[in-house]
Amino acid sequence: MSTVLYDLPGPRARRRHRCVGLVGTLVLLALVGWILFLLFHTHQFTAAKWTPFAYQGIQELLLTGLGNTLRAFGLAAVLAPALGGVLAAGRLSAHRPIRWAGTLLVEFFRAMPVLVLIFFIYVALRAEPLTALVSGLTLYNGSVLAEVFRSGVNAVERGQGEAAYALGMRKTQVMRYVLVPQAVRAMLPAIISQLVVALKDTSLGFLITYEEFLHAGKLIASNLDYDLPFIPVVMIISPVYIGMCMLLSWSATWVARRQRRNPKVEAGGVAAPEPATLQQEDHRARG
Amino acid sequence: MNVLLDNLSLYGHGLLGTVELTVYASLLALVLGFLMAAFRIAPVRSLRVFGTAWVTVLRNTPLTLLFFAVLLGLPRFGLVLPFTLFAVLALGCYTSAFVCEAVRAGINTVPAGQGEAARSLGMTFPQTLGLVVLPQAFRAVIPPIGSTLIALAKNSAIAGSFSVVELLGVYRPLNERGYSIIWSFVWIAVGYLLVTLTISALFNALEKRYGVVR
Repeated sequence: MSTVLYDLPGPRARRRHRCVGLVGTLVLLALVGWILFLLFHTHQFTAAKWTPFAYQGIQELLLTGLGNTLRAFGLAAVLAPALGGVLAAGRLSAHRPIRWAGTLLVEFFRAMPVLVLIFFIYVALRAEPLTALVSGLTLYNGSVLAEVFRSGVNAVERGQGEAAYALGMRKTQVMRYVLVPQAVRAMLPAIISQLVVALKDTSLGFLITYEEFLHAGKLIASNLDYDLPFIPVVMIISPVYIGMCMLLSWSATWVARRQRRNPKVEAGGVAAPEPATLQQEDHRARG
Repeated sequence: MNVLLDNLSLYGHGLLGTVELTVYASLLALVLGFLMAAFRIAPVRSLRVFGTAWVTVLRNTPLTLLFFAVLLGLPRFGLVLPFTLFAVLALGCYTSAFVCEAVRAGINTVPAGQGEAARSLGMTFPQTLGLVVLPQAFRAVIPPIGSTLIALAKNSAIAGSFSVVELLGVYRPLNERGYSIIWSFVWIAVGYLLVTLTISALFNALEKRYGVVR
């Protein structure tokens, strides 16, 4: 646990913790029980509502939806970092007009709700739903990533850049050989986290009738023949969505943890997410 | 320009709806977020598990799915509330997960030596927390919470598609009345810029006042 807050608990504190823990567990169990009661009380587990999911047509509908979701995500995941790189380069440029243009674009797209971008492209430019969704996601996440890249470059210890300049490197060289490699390593978890945002936002396609996962769910949920299986649909769709996003989030954490073990990155000084006392001393002893 | 002037009240209603959603959901998110952060760093396992589950699930749920589940699902449990309230609930709960993480990360930026020093001076837990750890964490937390709330304001646009009055939804009646779509979107964009820039100015001021360079 975070060492900044607590000492090791003594016998009295342990007893107190146990009491609070017991009460907390009971409250949580009561909550779960209440939700289960509500589910049963409103007849959510009837056969009529759950058998449709055994039909092949329904399964195919869901899988097609999932495929469309993943396609939109894949496109956005490739295009957004590319745009982000370009915009970040613009914002870090030494030429004032380029810097201003980059700043303007990044700030504008970051300040816009991604849904407004998507709707604008869909309604005003009359684009296909997939095009609208992907370009909206790219513009938004690209500009967010641009800020991630830029802050990553700026977060590299100042001495690194100064040393490189002192060695006579030009700005491009300093960027290319010193700042960007360190920045990307340190920012990789943040980049992956932003991709999680992109994955989550693919569900916005639902609102512009892109036939993605949620859309498929809605089709099933509004079917009178199956007794409007809305809650079952949510109970099936949300674990899939949450699972996909969690996988991606965990890969971000995994990358971060792997990097901390990597001696190449340790020199760059990636901040530990939790300041464990031991680790810090370890670091100091080595540095 | 005509689009705005002819439909000033429509735009005004929309903007007000967005502001309303943002303010209420922000308050809910801040309260829930601090509570969950407290749970997540509590020495009691069950609270920690609950906080972690809350954050993990909500952070990885698409907001559209959450809106879908809350606005269309809760009524099936016999819970019928105005749509705006549902939207505030969904937005607030969703954002609370991010606020919680920001607060927790802020507490983690405080060097462990600070807490150890406070304890070795004989400070009690509330004193350590209130006088040493939280004031330092607060400074580190301002910028991330600011961006979280900006994200909230932007996310409120989703509510428009679930029959809640807010700014993005304004384009629909305008479209039907035959106004230029591009210009109606330009003014919607200006409205959102107004909201997000206000929040960011507020938090910039806060940061200038309280922030520290670490």
